[in-house]
Amino acid sequence: MTTEFRLAIGAALGRERVRTNIRKAMDGLVSKRAAAFPDADERERLRDQGEAIRGESVARLPELLEELERSCTRNGIQVHWAETGEDANRLVLDILRHAEATALLKGKSMVSEEMGLNEYLKHAGIEAVETDLGELIIQLAGEAPSHIIAPAIHKDRAEIAALFREHYPDQPPAERIEELTALARRVMRKRFRGMTAGLSGVNFAVAETGTLCLVENEGNGRLCTTLPDLHIAVMGIEKVVARLDQIPPLLTLLTRSATGQPITTYVNFISGPRRPGEQDGPRAVHLILLDNGRSRIRLDPELSATLRCIRCAACMNHCPVYTRLGGHAYGTVYPGPIGSILEPQLHGLAERGEMAEASSLCGACAEVCPVRIPIPRLLNRLRFEAVNAQADSPALGHGSRRLAGQAGLWRLWAWTCAHPRIYRTLTRLMTALRPLQPTRIKPWTDTREAPRIAGQDLHRLARAAGFTDRL
Amino acid sequence: MRPHVGSPPHFQPSGTIGAPGRRNERRLVRGRAAGDTVDRACTTEHQKMPNTVYFFGTCLIDLLFPRTGLAAMRLLERAGLRVLFPQGQTCCGQPAYNAGYRDEARRVARAQLDAFPESLPVVVPSASCAGMLKVHYPLLLAGTADAARADAFAGRVVELTDFLVRVLDLRLTDLGPPIRVAVHNSCSSRRELGVADATMDLLRRLERVELVEPERAHECCGFGGTFAIKQPEISAAMAADKTSAIAATGAAVLVSQDCGCLMNLGGTFARRGGGPAVKHVAEFIWERTSHDD
Ligand code: SF4
Repeated sequence: MTTEFRLAIGAALGRERVRTNIRKAMDGLVSKRAAAFPDADERERLRDQGEAIRGESVARLPELLEELERSCTRNGIQVHWAETGEDANRLVLDILRHAEATALLKGKSMVSEEMGLNEYLKHAGIEAVETDLGELIIQLAGEAPSHIIAPAIHKDRAEIAALFREHYPDQPPAERIEELTALARRVMRKRFRGMTAGLSGVNFAVAETGTLCLVENEGNGRLCTTLPDLHIAVMGIEKVVARLDQIPPLLTLLTRSATGQPITTYVNFISGPRRPGEQDGPRAVHLILLDNGRSRIRLDPELSATLRCIRCAACMNHCPVYTRLGGHAYGTVYPGPIGSILEPQLHGLAERGEMAEASSLCGACAEVCPVRIPIPRLLNRLRFEAVNAQADSPALGHGSRRLAGQAGLWRLWAWTCAHPRIYRTLTRLMTALRPLQPTRIKPWTDTREAPRIAGQDLHRLARAAGFTDRL
Repeated sequence: MRPHVGSPPHFQPSGTIGAPGRRNERRLVRGRAAGDTVDRACTTEHQKMPNTVYFFGTCLIDLLFPRTGLAAMRLLERAGLRVLFPQGQTCCGQPAYNAGYRDEARRVARAQLDAFPESLPVVVPSASCAGMLKVHYPLLLAGTADAARADAFAGRVVELTDFLVRVLDLRLTDLGPPIRVAVHNSCSSRRELGVADATMDLLRRLERVELVEPERAHECCGFGGTFAIKQPEISAAMAADKTSAIAATGAAVLVSQDCGCLMNLGGTFARRGGGPAVKHVAEFIWERTSHDD
């Protein structure tokens, strides 16, 4: 079946330059991660810890969120709950209107992508100014992120230089990487001045202390969260962790898995607005907790493992499918392996179920996931739910991809394989009719030769060679 | 030839835990992993060799590559084992399982449990099918009347190369001319069962075989069962890259422990022309070490 996704995949495979850029970048990230974990035992211990900590977060989510709210409130952070992306957008807009802000400085946030915040604000007449270099690049290009931590990873230096030339004609031309970042810095610094509102994502929120933890490499996140008078943080509800002492292992897992760094250049711990006597910092901090389907995902004991994710992107960096397609072909906010388990759950199997099929189940993702999400097993489960017509399934859109014809074929296949006599009759028939085997079996033979059916099946060969059936 | 050491047959399939060198990042099957550790601790030292084994041929080998199956059984037989080939066996059920049709997979799984009733090792010449039997049957049949049977069966399943190396410690005398061989380890052998080293280990026992690993050896070949049919474009792109990497090694033969990968790569080579001959490790070893083939 040629679906929209398949068409996008075909197109992506045809874009040589993008493919090369992505492959190169992913190879780099893969080897950096490998170098960052020189000791396999330590790595595996850390992953055990990561799994346990995040598992606790998911298991105790309701109480931890309430504790987080109490702790944040105590710290002077105003906490808001949003059930849907739309609700979260409205909250952001209300807060901005109340502060009379006409523009919003943005640090990198995948949740804001999930909300579609930039578009929403644009309609409301508020300009969203992306300050992360990668986000800035794709904003200039009018594109969506192609990777969750490196949004412009599909672009090479020359493409970025051309974009900058086009959008900043008054700036001296830049070609080398240092020149490009310097140019971006000059342009961005100007924008920071006089801005009244900033927005950021959250990597982890500590329930016990009401601390928001944010990692970044460019310092723009720190500027967004300290320079303007108003800071709005948006986070998916699953990003909460119980205690502050759980942050160090998660941080090192995150940065090493993501970019191979022992620690990012900036690690921000935000524990509230400016206190009396302090020189800087926002005068008001808001935290928006977005559910958007996460509570529903949490209800299933197996699928809830999805919520352990710390968005390090290691799974996509190591994925043979992602490295060939890049993020855009998926047409979703979250691409790659994590996207393939998360998106069908957030948006339902009817709409996104096909993503779960775009995997050879090779297991490269689960092998590196710092919190040990069993991604192939969850993909298998989602494939099951997609054709599971039973009424009591918790999965959104379950049964929606069941086609009567296909189901009938599988039933017939199972009946054959569950009845050895029938199976043997069939294989015997196939070997006998071997000369009639078609040489073209689509889509297999589009790119490969088809294997030939043998003259005699193994059941008969084994028997003829004297291998007995039983003791 | 190795002598058999007594009965009752007592052996411990490797499951998912490796010896130190194989520790790797392999934790897909954690529940079983924990159990296996305990068992292994008490059996690795005095592992006894069984004198009779079952052979599970796999449907792919049955219909398309029966010579591979026969070669594998002959290797076992030559090592002094009695090899049983139950005529009631069909397919492990993985195609339906990975397509989401669990009821159908379950029906087929039960038929396999019926076909291998005795408490004997079940040797499987495919890491992918062995993974299905060993890792997924217990999950698939958990909570059903066959749960205990599935667990016991899973405990008996062992991938062929793993069995040849770890249980039989098979000695080989290379009778062939010098040759360069590229190895493709299937993803199941690497990440699900952790037995990828066994194929290399076996081939190293052949004196005149020069082993080469293609670039990005760890990467999937793009087969993935129904994946090749449902996402043919990506699958083909992966197979194209993999075959290029293999061709670049200049190997005369490509060897793997999984016929699914070989069918994909061999088919791609056949279409693009050139490239090495493609053989299952069992067939390759049999041909290098026997006079009559
Ligand atoms: S699923 Fe695991 S590897 Fe992928 S982004 Fe999340 S934490 Fe990282």
